[in-house]
Amino acid sequence: MFENIRLSFKGIWSHKMRSFLTMLGIIIGIAAIIAIVSTIQGTNEQIKENLIGSGDNTVEIALYQGDWTYEMGYEGVPAGVPVITPEILKQVKEIKNVDNASLYLSRQDYGGVYHLNTALSGGYVIGADENYFDTCNFIIKKGRGFTEKDYKDFRKVALLDKESADALFQGEDPLGKTVEIRREPFVVIGVVAKSKQFEPVINTMEDYYTYSQDSAGKVYVPDTVWPIIYQFDEPQNLVIKVASTDDMTNAGKEGANILNSYLNTGDDTIKYKAEDLLEQARQIQELGKSTNSMLIWIAGISLIVGGIGVMNIMLVSVTERTQEIGLKKAIGARRSNILGQFLTEAAVLTSMGGILGVVSGIVLAEIISKVSEMPVAISVPAAIGSVIFSMLIGIVFGMLPSYKAANLNPIEALRRE
Amino acid sequence: MILDLRNIFKDYNQDKLVVPVLKDITLQVEEGEYVAIMGPSGSGKTTLMNIIGCLDRPTSGEFLLAGTDVLALKDKELSNVRLNSIGFVFQSFHLMPRESALENVSLPLSYAGVRKKERRERALKALGRVGLEERATFMPTQLSGGQKQRVAIARAMVNNPKILLADEPTGALDSKSGAQIMELFQKLNEEGVTIVMITHDKKIADHAKQVYHIIDGEISRETGEEAHHEEEKD
Ligand SMILES: Nc1ncnc2c1ncn2[C@@H]1O[C@H](COP(=O)(O)OP(=O)(O)OP(=O)(O)O)[C@@H](O)[C@H]1O
Ligand SMILES: [Mg+2]
Repeated sequence: MFENIRLSFKGIWSHKMRSFLTMLGIIIGIAAIIAIVSTIQGTNEQIKENLIGSGDNTVEIALYQGDWTYEMGYEGVPAGVPVITPEILKQVKEIKNVDNASLYLSRQDYGGVYHLNTALSGGYVIGADENYFDTCNFIIKKGRGFTEKDYKDFRKVALLDKESADALFQGEDPLGKTVEIRREPFVVIGVVAKSKQFEPVINTMEDYYTYSQDSAGKVYVPDTVWPIIYQFDEPQNLVIKVASTDDMTNAGKEGANILNSYLNTGDDTIKYKAEDLLEQARQIQELGKSTNSMLIWIAGISLIVGGIGVMNIMLVSVTERTQEIGLKKAIGARRSNILGQFLTEAAVLTSMGGILGVVSGIVLAEIISKVSEMPVAISVPAAIGSVIFSMLIGIVFGMLPSYKAANLNPIEALRRE
Repeated sequence: MILDLRNIFKDYNQDKLVVPVLKDITLQVEEGEYVAIMGPSGSGKTTLMNIIGCLDRPTSGEFLLAGTDVLALKDKELSNVRLNSIGFVFQSFHLMPRESALENVSLPLSYAGVRKKERRERALKALGRVGLEERATFMPTQLSGGQKQRVAIARAMVNNPKILLADEPTGALDSKSGAQIMELFQKLNEEGVTIVMITHDKKIADHAKQVYHIIDGEISRETGEEAHHEEEKD
């Protein structure tokens, strides 16, 4: 076996050019597969990271009308959506793997939030309950958070996040200054941030639309003052925090079910739904998969073509080495010895092609990532799998030439001078 | 008796035409003998050699090699006979061009499953037997014709076969190298190796103890002269 591998390397080395050209089909096929897989992997990981990457394991459950979140601004307060009582909230907190749950009100307010003449366009106003900042893993960056007294006394105080602070104050210190929400003045008492800061990577316009809402600024007020700026009895949203990322889907569904059981809207399309980030990530990934699996098929065909090339050259090589084969048989080589020698040679040749293919694929992937600024992730299993697969191609396509060699008639082989 | 061929016929079929090449060959060779087979080109010498060497099967006849009915053996068993009982030497050496002398000589040992270390030792010993120990690492292109043939002989002898078959071993060599090869054969024969050698050359044939002639596929034994020639040579 080792002897055969040694001989194979010798043979391949003595025909460097020919061996390289023979391997080329395999190299190109494997390189293409590695490059494609690396970009898929990279994109997938990024999608997942963008959507759930903040890693705070929170699921938001909001009221939907059909496929869209219920828009208070246009629709008004819907009938039959009861206030979520502390008892209902307690029920939600008892769901398995749920660590915490909070209620909040939310509006995307175009042109309703100002500091002097600067508007926070497309920003959100969030009416948070006392638990909200804890549940969502916020930390106070500047100033202070809301106190019990702020809630009880309906104080018009606001917290900003970095985006809204930047947009409204443009570098000025916002503490103690006033923000107008629907013409009501609010005093900025602090700036908050998620404890784990996370910036989604934006490569394309689609990414931008998918993730841009996350980067719109938010202004937080105590939920008790909400009716001053908006209306009474607006439907609440729920945010729950679960133990691990994998619990998000389930806890979200159960939470939505509990809330829905209290609905009495007479309209089936109005329902609480969990924003299922894992599922969303999966769907975006699926979308990419179908186009990419096509590319992999094409690369697979190039591998088969490469395999046929190997077979072709091996057949030529058997003819060229007829004398050698005859001699070996004369001095006692069994059919299996000859078969083993040629199969090993084919397998070594294509494995080398596979290794070169993996290397060029990685280089290609890195170039793609540099040029198009797409993320790549090199998959080790894919690399190992590719080399093993190329070896199999060598064995499969080396079969015919090897059998031909093993079955050569030694007399005819020796007679040929 | 090491070779016992009786009534061997060999026909080739060519375009529906049956061409008889060997006609009723009967040949017995005792262990330790040194036999030369002479004959004009196309008379069937190589054909006979291939049958003796278990590379080919006769159309009909009987063949016992060291008492074994080799015609009854399967292909795989024939490979083992070639590996262990027969050494081949050819006119055109047939060395592996990209392997060193040592590696060429080791080749049959690797088919015999001998371990690497022992392979090396035995191959070196075989090269020593043909006087080329210090050329072990040379490639065939770095060796003269006579040296190449000696490497081929070392390869043939490395598994200690009972019989050495040589098809015109000096055919591609000048007379001086040819003479060296003949000396080597002489020495091997004295060590007890049975030799069957094909040659065109009367002078070469004279080294053998026994000479046969094949003419048009029929064999005949040369009589009376061999003792005389041997004296002449000494
Ligand atoms: N495969 C074959 N098919 C048909 N005829 C063949 C075949 N092999 C050999 N022959 C014929 O058999 C005859 C004997 O051939 P062989 O090679 O045994 O001769 P030879 O005595 O060794 O000759 P030389 O001294 O030239 O080597 C020749 O006439 C040859 O044409
Ligand atoms: Mg001949």
